[in-house]
Amino acid sequence: MTKHLNPMRIGIYVLLILFALLFLVPVYVLLASSLKTFAEVQDMSKLWVPPAGLHLESFRAAWSGIPEKGLRGLSRNLLNSVYLTVPATILSSLLGSLNGYVLAKWKFRGASVVFPLMLFGMFIPYQSVLIPLTQTLAAIGLGGTLWGLILVHVVYGIPITTLIFRNYYAEVPTDLIEAARIDGAGILSVYWRVLFPLSLPGFVVVIIWQFTNIWNEFLFAVSILQKPELQPITVALRNLAGSQIKEWNMVMAGTLIAAIPTLLVYIVLGRYFIRGLLAGSVKG
Amino acid sequence: MSHARRERWIAFIMVLPSILLLALFVYGFIGWTAAVSLSKWDGVEPNYSWAGLENFRLLFSKVGGVSARRFSIDLWNTLFFTLFFLLLCIIVGLFLAILLDQKIRGEGVFRTIYLFPMSLSFVVTGVVWRWIFAPGAGTRLRGVNALLHAIGLNALRWKWYTDTSSFGPFHVALTPVIIAASWQLIGYTMAMYLAGLRSIPEELREAARVDGASEVKIYRHIILPMLQPITLSALIVLGHISLKIFDLVYTMTGKGPGFVTDVPGIFMFETTFQGNHYAQGATISIIMLLMVAVVIIPYLIYSFRREVEL
Repeated sequence: MTKHLNPMRIGIYVLLILFALLFLVPVYVLLASSLKTFAEVQDMSKLWVPPAGLHLESFRAAWSGIPEKGLRGLSRNLLNSVYLTVPATILSSLLGSLNGYVLAKWKFRGASVVFPLMLFGMFIPYQSVLIPLTQTLAAIGLGGTLWGLILVHVVYGIPITTLIFRNYYAEVPTDLIEAARIDGAGILSVYWRVLFPLSLPGFVVVIIWQFTNIWNEFLFAVSILQKPELQPITVALRNLAGSQIKEWNMVMAGTLIAAIPTLLVYIVLGRYFIRGLLAGSVKG
Repeated sequence: MSHARRERWIAFIMVLPSILLLALFVYGFIGWTAAVSLSKWDGVEPNYSWAGLENFRLLFSKVGGVSARRFSIDLWNTLFFTLFFLLLCIIVGLFLAILLDQKIRGEGVFRTIYLFPMSLSFVVTGVVWRWIFAPGAGTRLRGVNALLHAIGLNALRWKWYTDTSSFGPFHVALTPVIIAASWQLIGYTMAMYLAGLRSIPEELREAARVDGASEVKIYRHIILPMLQPITLSALIVLGHISLKIFDLVYTMTGKGPGFVTDVPGIFMFETTFQGNHYAQGATISIIMLLMVAVVIIPYLIYSFRREVEL
């Protein structure tokens, strides 16, 4: 049955397009401002005026800084974000996979108590662990280091990665596991031979989720890393935007640079992104 | 030891590192923070001498001076922020999901546009919206005010997140922050509701149509009631985000003039890491934890009870 364009349906489309335009306002501001020259952004009342041409000097400034004005570029911080996000994502995904497997298929005594207690860890306001955390990292020699922050993201990533993998492995038919058991496979070889090869979609969801969250995170990073040259891009960006800076095209270009990695992941792998999103609420 | 028992031990040992890490980093550290909140630690050097509930008293009573005034504003701000943010996300998210469920051409494009802000950092959101709602002044208007001036709607100009006026305990300066947060998370409720709508079998609607029910009635009496569990999940997830919100507000407005946009997360961060008032910071974070726990613990218990029954 094809729907004809009656007034009701036209109204629906108008509303959808209106909302879409509203949602894109910040994108316009970002793109328009970052394509302007320094001269163009001096007059702040012209925020909505399109750029006079396609100038990329703001991106160059955001990338390598403007030394004569004492403005640092973000290239170093972007790299820090990569060094932080990649290992933390991989480690927390692997831990989540192991935990999820055990909790889905090998319920040991007390598992029904342990699992909710683990999950509580993903809801807490991280402010409530921040003071002991910074003290402890300093005591074990990881204070103010990227490795310290990686450890933090691995640990606090365990609840969500475990949850997603547990729900994912729960869907794997127990028959498959029984068959491998009859062939004499133990708990570890069942994981390695049966579950792990089936895990790719689960890993995609978890890796996207962790990548996005760790890349975007701010509170841990700003509390643990004081040295500007070690900070990930979220912290550096906020410091740049929070200063009395007049080069707003540079800030907007920097914002785009910070946003592009997760945005790309979302656009290319949106399906899996949404799956992680829906898995983020406890499945009842 | 029997084979099965040995395997149960291996299973337990596989999760043991995670259990130990979380036991320390979540429960151990929360206990530690609680100890700091009951101490006299005020300065760079740790000081665990006993203060009892004095730090809590200072936040909640007049003797606390500026701190108490600030914290009371923070709690009101959190309440109003949470209330309006949840309302906007639920209503607009549900509305968009219902619109998108009408066999829309180009649905994927619309969905992508409504949902993309979810993939961004709160810092990115904060920087952009800080710029959009920057008020400017006099002949040097900025952001939305410049736009309103250009189209002749000068009457609608106001000072946005720098405005210090309020209706009772509600500071109007929170409005732009609520808009920014909703912009980022409406897509989440939309995706949840859309998934819910798609899981309702078409036969159910057909049957109602055959019985002569109008589309509006079908939504009101059949579909919306079926979406209730989704609303509950969304309220919990978004509610706990808004109770502990920090990055967005810290980037977009900071505490604001007279704390008009301050929240406990900002107070905690500033007093702890910029003021070295560790005991006070710990106290605020314990109160934040209690606020979140009141919402989350019943939800976790409820979820797991249902799962066990299934």
